[in-house]
Amino acid sequence: MTHLERLEAESIHIMREVVAEATNPVMLYSVGKDSSVMLHLARKAFYPSPPPFPMLHVASGWDFQALLDHRDWTVKEYNLELIVAQAEEANERGINPFDTGSALYSQTLLTDPLKAALTKHGFDAAFGGGRRDEEKARAKERIFSFRSASHRWDPKNQRPELWNIYNAKKAKGESIRVFPISNWTELDIWQYIMVENIKIVPLYFSSPRPTLERDGQLLVIDDERFRFEKGEEAVERSVRFRTLGCYPLTGAVESEATDMSKIIQEMLLATGSERQGRAIDKGESASMEDKKQEGYF
Amino acid sequence: MTDIGTQSESSFKVDDLIAQDIDAYLDQHQNKTMLRFITCGSVDDGKSTLIGRLLYDSKMIFEDQLDALESDSKKVGTQGEEIDFALLVDGLAAEREQGITIDVAYRFFATEKRKFIVADCPGHEQYTRNMVTGASTADLAIILVDARKGVLVQTRRHSYLCNLLGIKNIVLAVNKMDLVDYDQAKFDAIVSEYKEFAEEIGIEAFTAIPISGFKGDNVTTAPSETTPWYDGPSLMDHLETVELRSDLAASKPFRMPVQWVNRPNLDFRGFSGLIASGTVKPGDAIRVLPSGKTSNVRSIVTIDGDLDEAVAGQSVTLTLTDEIDCSRGDVIATSDDPPEAADQFESTIVWMDDEALLPGRAYFLKIGAQMVSATVSQPKYEVNINTMDQLAAKTLELNSIGVAELTTDRPIAFEAYEDSRAMGGFILIDKVTNATVAAGMLHFSLRRAQNVHWQATDVTREEHANLKNQTPKVLWFTGLSGSGKSTIANEVEKRLNLMNRHTFLLDGDNVRHGLNKDLGFTDADRVENIRRIGEVAKLMTDAGLIVLTAFISPFRAERQMVRAMLPDTEFIEVFVDTPLEVAEARDVKGLYKKARDGELKNFTGIDSPYEEPENAEIRVNTVEMSPQEAAKFIVDAIMPLK
Repeated sequence: MTHLERLEAESIHIMREVVAEATNPVMLYSVGKDSSVMLHLARKAFYPSPPPFPMLHVASGWDFQALLDHRDWTVKEYNLELIVAQAEEANERGINPFDTGSALYSQTLLTDPLKAALTKHGFDAAFGGGRRDEEKARAKERIFSFRSASHRWDPKNQRPELWNIYNAKKAKGESIRVFPISNWTELDIWQYIMVENIKIVPLYFSSPRPTLERDGQLLVIDDERFRFEKGEEAVERSVRFRTLGCYPLTGAVESEATDMSKIIQEMLLATGSERQGRAIDKGESASMEDKKQEGYF
Repeated sequence: MTDIGTQSESSFKVDDLIAQDIDAYLDQHQNKTMLRFITCGSVDDGKSTLIGRLLYDSKMIFEDQLDALESDSKKVGTQGEEIDFALLVDGLAAEREQGITIDVAYRFFATEKRKFIVADCPGHEQYTRNMVTGASTADLAIILVDARKGVLVQTRRHSYLCNLLGIKNIVLAVNKMDLVDYDQAKFDAIVSEYKEFAEEIGIEAFTAIPISGFKGDNVTTAPSETTPWYDGPSLMDHLETVELRSDLAASKPFRMPVQWVNRPNLDFRGFSGLIASGTVKPGDAIRVLPSGKTSNVRSIVTIDGDLDEAVAGQSVTLTLTDEIDCSRGDVIATSDDPPEAADQFESTIVWMDDEALLPGRAYFLKIGAQMVSATVSQPKYEVNINTMDQLAAKTLELNSIGVAELTTDRPIAFEAYEDSRAMGGFILIDKVTNATVAAGMLHFSLRRAQNVHWQATDVTREEHANLKNQTPKVLWFTGLSGSGKSTIANEVEKRLNLMNRHTFLLDGDNVRHGLNKDLGFTDADRVENIRRIGEVAKLMTDAGLIVLTAFISPFRAERQMVRAMLPDTEFIEVFVDTPLEVAEARDVKGLYKKARDGELKNFTGIDSPYEEPENAEIRVNTVEMSPQEAAKFIVDAIMPLK
């Protein structure tokens, strides 16, 4: 078996364990490339049954339009159950990506609605697309990661995981975050998307888009809410995204890659890591770990 | 620019291919295989530096990470102005400050031939648990030795654990050769010392490589100019070519633990699982274990169409030609060479919890997709992992390893761990905390259970009960010493007796005068005490009696164990709820005073815990009720009794 076949088999095994042992699982679906791979794996794992859980999308209200379109197409195409979690209240309070600091922004528009949705629907297991190669704190997280009733992660109190035996027992109120693609790398993800011909959001492919440069990042102007600062002006550039977050906070890269093999080529020759484009991960070097303890994925 | 050593030549060639013919490159990379390995050694052995080097040489480090690394190296690095590769792989914030990795961390890199998953394991004794975890999924182990120090106690410990977890490919990486002037004699001496030890503990073969993780010698290319005397492969060459365990599993008999029954509609019934060993084709005769029912494979179903064959390592869904009973936890196996099913085993157990093993306590045991209840006997011996000596042991503490008998509450399909990790490796789970408390390896079944058959008798328990015109029950009184259990149980029995019910009262103190006079008050003895009472109570219900028991029975797990011995509605837990202050104030037998004065050890409520029932069928509050009122309350509650 090739490495991709092996990774696929492992992820499917994990998903089946969760469905067999949890009472009310859900898949967190960000519509990004990792989520697209997860959904593909879930369709394979349970075929001919449909994935026996709903998809949960946390929409900040500042999502790329193309991403929402792709989400809606996918849900229809594969006949999925979709739940959208959105922080209406935070938007009304005026929290936005231009004025609000990144910590408060991600807390109120991403983490809080996620936690609220998990609690509201009583989900006791949530699949997430985290990979261990993304960030140092993730490298040590288990595949089955336990959360207290308030969704906190305690890195000092995680269960050992031996062989492919997972202990999914939990007390009332506790839940598990499960990361079936823990052992995949960014390259594995791209290769799998190519081999399996998985449809992804077009934003990953290069195209002329209205952009501007700010603080060393190339931002794409996705709708009329974008706020220009003095002297700023949209410039059309051929750009694509390596990772997708809220559009005013996600940096694009200049690129000519319009197909999958060119994307992989650029990735392999790239000199910056994937999360470089995300404002939320910057700051103190242990900040991702702090966010995870708070409940961020 | 700081010194980052030489980049291997091959990765420049790879860059050219990526730039010039990406499709050719991708073709090549889609056919990679995957190797999981672990690195063992302490911070001082240069383990993190070696991993950092492997990541760096295989281009898994991006420029932004390298920038961060350079600034971190200056801030907290231990290599002066040089890049501290160790910082790449040390993760969580608190650990980073201490300069130690204290958990298993997984790292990834890839070459043209293989993808690698590295379990980075710490070398400290108290972290046996983490090393066993990392080793459980590894095909290969790199045992790091500092060339200046040679084979140390921890080298032996790591080797023992890797061998115990069934890793057949051992690499002895003699590191820091640059600090001993690449001296061949030093290297040879370490290798021969290790060889002697390896043979002692049953390691059949290993590969020794002289390296410098810091300078890069023999890491990606060999021989390095500095070691012209070395004629073996570089570390990377070896990792790229060593035989994979998964390839071996395919040639063994077919086994697939059933994870999930796939039932989208009435016309389809599939069995989903990861093939543990062997191959399977439509038409193959199979047997379902432990039931032993047979059938044939109808199809191997996937979203991309049915398969002609599936092999070990694949996650598949099988349909069968017959409607036979098969559910999660069962094992589908080839019918002519199925695995054994048994309920008593000899096993090696690695304890991983702060709370020590309690022999006799029931734990959940998970093996494959099977989840059963299991008890562990007092260990035959514990292994000192520094000297490999076998020591007498009453229990197993955190990070200790021992051999013990294991009994499950029903037969499970298994194979010896030595033959199959998937069919012989298990975990134990605490029934109250849900923590994974141990990992274990089954060696062989003990035939005792199979030879003692259950003798069927003609007069059944129903007939015993009918003759007495009653439904047998166990009224299990639990509560603190002095809570009033015996008094109330006695009142209840008097009332039932007046109602012509056939009863028997088992009292804690009385039983300890006879049946259990060999038991003391340690946690382990308390568990055995309750187990025996449970068995006696069960025999009495078989005889048709209503049994009343009055024991402190402080642990939830043991009360649960007795509940599980009996039919569903026959166990009635009666919680005699008396606050500690009240019970202590009563102190009928003067025991609390003795316990407070330190004359009595392990006294429940004082220096031994009492776990209150969470869902007792009946709860009586003795502060509000007199013993007579409590007894009436209990009798009224069970009176739907025939």
